Amino acid sequence: MITHPRTEELAESVRLWIDEIRPTLDPRNAFLARVAANAMATIARELIDGPAAEAAAVAGMAGVLGHDGTYAELNAELCARIRSGDLTVESPGLLAALTTMARDQIAIDQPSYKPEGTPAP
Amino acid sequence: MEVDVRAGLEKLAGRLGGAGAKLTEAQRLSGGASMETWAFGFEGQGGPESLILRRRSAPFDEETARSVSLATEAALIQATEANGARVPTVRHVCDEADGLGEAYVMVRVGGETLGKKIVADPKFDAVRPLLARQCGESLVAIHKTAPPPGLKLKAVDGVAELDRYEEVYRATGAERPILELAFQYLRKHVPTPVEPTLLHGDFRNGNIMFDPEKGVVAVLDWELAHIGDPAEDMGWICTNSWRFGRPDRPVGGFGDYADLLAGYASAGGREIELSRVRFWQMLGSLRWGVMCLTMYLSWRDGITKSVERPMIGRRVSETEADLVVLLEEGL
Repeated sequence: MITHPRTEELAESVRLWIDEIRPTLDPRNAFLARVAANAMATIARELIDGPAAEAAAVAGMAGVLGHDGTYAELNAELCARIRSGDLTVESPGLLAALTTMARDQIAIDQPSYKPEGTPAP
Repeated sequence: MEVDVRAGLEKLAGRLGGAGAKLTEAQRLSGGASMETWAFGFEGQGGPESLILRRRSAPFDEETARSVSLATEAALIQATEANGARVPTVRHVCDEADGLGEAYVMVRVGGETLGKKIVADPKFDAVRPLLARQCGESLVAIHKTAPPPGLKLKAVDGVAELDRYEEVYRATGAERPILELAFQYLRKHVPTPVEPTLLHGDFRNGNIMFDPEKGVVAVLDWELAHIGDPAEDMGWICTNSWRFGRPDRPVGGFGDYADLLAGYASAGGREIELSRVRFWQMLGSLRWGVMCLTMYLSWRDGITKSVERPMIGRRVSETEADLVVLLEEGL
C-alpha cells in the first residue's frame, strides 16, 4: 500500500487535529471530540497491530480445534463448541488461547486499560 | 423530538420559585449516553436554589434497557431516603406542563462523582480506606426499604439474568468466544436463591457522590433499580470496568472485599459469602460486555447517532480481558 503517507498516519493526523480544536469546544462537544480522537487512535493501532493479532488468534483457535481455517470459520466453530458444552474452562489450551486473544484485542481497543489481576502500580 | 431544555428550565424556575423567579444558571453536564443532567439555579421567593435536572434524552426500550421510568426512580429515592439511605432529595417530578419530557429535579449537593478522582486524587487519600465499608453500610438502608406499592419493578435472579443477557447477546449476532464461555461457566455456578430485596441496580463507582471528608454523600442514578439478590449490588461495584485503573482494589478501585462485607454486616445486613459477590461481579463483567454490544447496535441501526456508541462497542474487549482472568481464578 501507499507509504507517503500510510493510512495510520492519516488517522493520526486527524486525531491530532481533533485534540488541537478540543479546547475551543463547549463541554459536550469537547467530550465527544475526545471520544472521536480515541476512535482515530484505535483505528491507527488496528491498522498497525491488527494483522499480527488476527494471525495469533487464528493459530490459537486452530490449536484448540485441531484444524486450520479462516478467522471467521474458527471463531464461529469455537463459539458453537463452547455453547454446546463440548469445550469448557477445563479444556486444554482453551483459556490460554482466549487469554492471548483478549490481551491482543485490548491492546488495540484500550491499551491503557488494566485488566483484572493487574498488580498495584 | 428536540426539546428546548433552557426554555423549559426558565418555566420551571417560575413554577418552583414562584412568580418572578429568574433562572440564574443552566448548564448541561457532560457524560451519560441516554440521560441528560443539567445543573440549574434560580432566585425564587424562598431564596436561591441550586438544583439538578435529570431527563431522558434518547428513546429507550424498556425491555432491553431494563430501565424504570424517571417517576419510579424519584419514588424510590424518596422511599429509601425515608429509610435512612444516603440519596439526593427530590425537589420536583416533572409533568406534561413542564414540557421537559420524562424528568425530575433534585437538590444539588456538593461532592465528587468522577470515579477516577475517587480512585486517584490525593484529595481522597484520607477518606479512601473508609469508602468500601461505607458502601456496604449504604447498601443496607437501600436493601431494607420496602418498595412503594404500585411501582413496576422487575424481579431478577441469577438464572433470569443469564437468560436475559444471553438472549440479548444472541440477538446481536456477535460471536465472542469469551462471552460464550462466561455464560456457560456462570450457568454452572449460579448461587442458591435468597429472599430478594430492593436493589439499586447500578451501584458502582461513578454513580455515587463522595465527599473528601465524609465519604459517601449520595447514591445516584436509579434507573436500573429492581428486585433481586442483594449480592448483585455488591458484585457490580466490584466489576473491574468500574475500578478506574486500580484492579488491585476490588471495590470500586478504592477498597477491599472484606471491608465491603464488614460494612454490610455491621449495618445489619444479612451475611453474604464472597463467592456470591464474585458470581455477580463476573456476571457484571459479562453484562457490561453485552450492554456495550447493544449500545454499538443502537448506532449501527440508526437509533442514536453519537460517536460515543460505536466506541463503547469497543469496550467489549475490556470485559473479555477481565473475564478470562476470572474464569482462570474461579469464583
